[in-house]
Amino acid sequence: MKRIFFTLLSVVILGTAQETQPRVVTISAKRFEFTPSQITLKRGEPVTLRVSAEDRDHGFYQKDLKLELDLSPDHVAEATITPEKTGRFVAICDHFCGSGHGNMKMIINVE
Amino acid sequence: MSKPFDRRKFLKVSGMSLGVGALISVAPAMAGGGPSATLRRWFRRQNGEELTPFNLVQLSDAHVGFQGPPNPTGTKAFERAIDVVNGLDPQPDLILFTGDLTHEAEAPGEHAKRMQLFQTLTSRLKSKKVMYVPGEHDAALDNGVLYRQFFGETHYAFDHRGVHFIALDNVSSGKPAVGTEQIEWLKRDLARYPRTAPIIVFTHRPLFDLRPDWEWFTRDGDDVLNALAPYENVTILYGHIHRHDVHQTEHAMHYASRSLIFAFPDPMTAGDKKPVPFDKEKPFRNLGLQSLAEKKGRLDVDDVELTLREFGGTDGVQQILKSGESL
Ligand SMILES: [Cu+2]
Repeated sequence: MKRIFFTLLSVVILGTAQETQPRVVTISAKRFEFTPSQITLKRGEPVTLRVSAEDRDHGFYQKDLKLELDLSPDHVAEATITPEKTGRFVAICDHFCGSGHGNMKMIINVE
Repeated sequence: MSKPFDRRKFLKVSGMSLGVGALISVAPAMAGGGPSATLRRWFRRQNGEELTPFNLVQLSDAHVGFQGPPNPTGTKAFERAIDVVNGLDPQPDLILFTGDLTHEAEAPGEHAKRMQLFQTLTSRLKSKKVMYVPGEHDAALDNGVLYRQFFGETHYAFDHRGVHFIALDNVSSGKPAVGTEQIEWLKRDLARYPRTAPIIVFTHRPLFDLRPDWEWFTRDGDDVLNALAPYENVTILYGHIHRHDVHQTEHAMHYASRSLIFAFPDPMTAGDKKPVPFDKEKPFRNLGLQSLAEKKGRLDVDDVELTLREFGGTDGVQQILKSGESL
């Protein structure tokens, strides 16, 4: 009885989640670049950024978009945001990762 | 618990010209009676040392081991700064080094060699009381393990001539952050002091958002500033941005010292974070240090740019290049 209840419950949760699930954009980080190096989001549209680290710890930081993720190879970090203003935003790696760290960044365009 | 911030006292500070630090609201009253006499007695009782005039020097961002077009002269600017400090009369009774003493190295052992060279160079300083905090190039790749072997703890506090000094580490976690543990330590440390105690915090990165997309910020800088908010006389010295800067937040004055390797452009006007190109005519242009002194009850912060007239011009630069290779 218990098991059936949980199964039903998870179906309900999955069902609800699917209806409102935001678009997913995947990004990967390695010394000293993000791939892709540029993404475009829509203003007012919720989006989930799923960011992985390939080689070591990195950071993913963009103040105006309220992005502040700690990346590590053993898990995928994610954040769901709804960009409120249009523009060109520079997201940086803010976890020091070596000689090219200072230029590890990507562009997030919001249209 | 924590007393709300006294805006009247803050306005007294903000009425002063820029470049005048926050020791001022205590110091002018030092001569008279009232709360300042109490504070003076308190410091004498606690530390055996009362508020007395002092001068100190801040050095920052020497990046020993750095090689590249932004500065082909290696440690020459740093060595020049050491000569400048040794020439001061009176000698500074304290020297604060705000991080990026060395440039990181991938090869094992090489970073240790750079720290060794840094210590060999600083041993030339006549003034022997030198205190350090790490920069990310010193301590972020190994969480400060090597740095601690050479320079000791990455955060600590001490009193000097009636001023409370706090060294904060906002680099060794790898992230631009101080971290909860250190903030709790900071609160406990501050709790021992009266609200009027003169406080100088020194750290590597700015504790406010100067230019986040250039990594010129500290994630939990606000938590640090809030912990310091009840204190009326707070000055914050930092490096990292490779240029002089003066900034006022509600509760504190923030001063950045120039670098000793290369400069970064004005964050308000430049798009990209690129070093200011090396100038053969003026090899030490935009590089320098800060000299701080208590003068007539005020904290004077002087931004000092290094000059190297004797080594100016192409010939001069060739003289200071060890290898003599052309630029
Ligand atoms: Cu990185």
